[in-house]
Amino acid sequence: MKIENRSVGDIHILDCSGKITLGEGTMSVRNAVREVLKNGGKKIILNLGDVNYIDSSGIGELVSSFTTVTNGGGQLKLLNLTKKIQELLSITKLLTVFQVFNDEKSAIASF
Amino acid sequence: MKTKSNKIEVSIGSALEYLDLVQTLTDCITRFMGFGEDAAHWIGMSVRESVTNAIQHGNKLDQSKKVDIRFGVGPDRLDIVVKDQGSGFNVEELPNPLDPENLLKPSGRGIFYIRSFMDEVEFKPLSRGGMEVHMVKRVPSN
Repeated sequence: MKIENRSVGDIHILDCSGKITLGEGTMSVRNAVREVLKNGGKKIILNLGDVNYIDSSGIGELVSSFTTVTNGGGQLKLLNLTKKIQELLSITKLLTVFQVFNDEKSAIASF
Repeated sequence: MKTKSNKIEVSIGSALEYLDLVQTLTDCITRFMGFGEDAAHWIGMSVRESVTNAIQHGNKLDQSKKVDIRFGVGPDRLDIVVKDQGSGFNVEELPNPLDPENLLKPSGRGIFYIRSFMDEVEFKPLSRGGMEVHMVKRVPSN
């Protein structure tokens, strides 16, 4: 699991790649999101295009990050869902919770 | 690990480090059986979720307790049984992750996913203590 943080203005884009599974993967997402919040960032895009595997704990971590950011007065949006992540979010009704984008420009413009 | 006719059995300690090993074994079996890429992915995830539950919630990461996994490879179906040595639970009492009050909970979706992706799922308390999860995925007929 690898996460690279880049900024476009005041928007933080976290490019995630690899596996978001219980343990190292979920901790990496949690730490990356908390790091942005700690440094005053409020607008976060999680780019999941290169996430090749996610389990229920990974989905839970996305929810947890969403709640943490929202409760802190920020916004967290999802970019480039793979077909499998989309299905996991869809059947657990989480697509109604997250704002999801298929291209980065639209995601950035939505803030 | 031992292979006997159409059964493959593996017993692991209660550590999350074994999850990738179990997942790799599952992927080999589903590939051998000719499942499609999507079905194989969801079977692998279901096994991973059930073994995670057995290690984490069943055996509570107690290294002295084992998780037994048995794959039954049939001509038209894959049976998977996962047993732990924990204190068991009542599956009917688990909160529904789709209820609005549970939607934003960080956990509680694993069993829902297993039930969504496998053709049959049965949870049974064991007389010696612990839980048994029996999952079935049928091989699609061409």
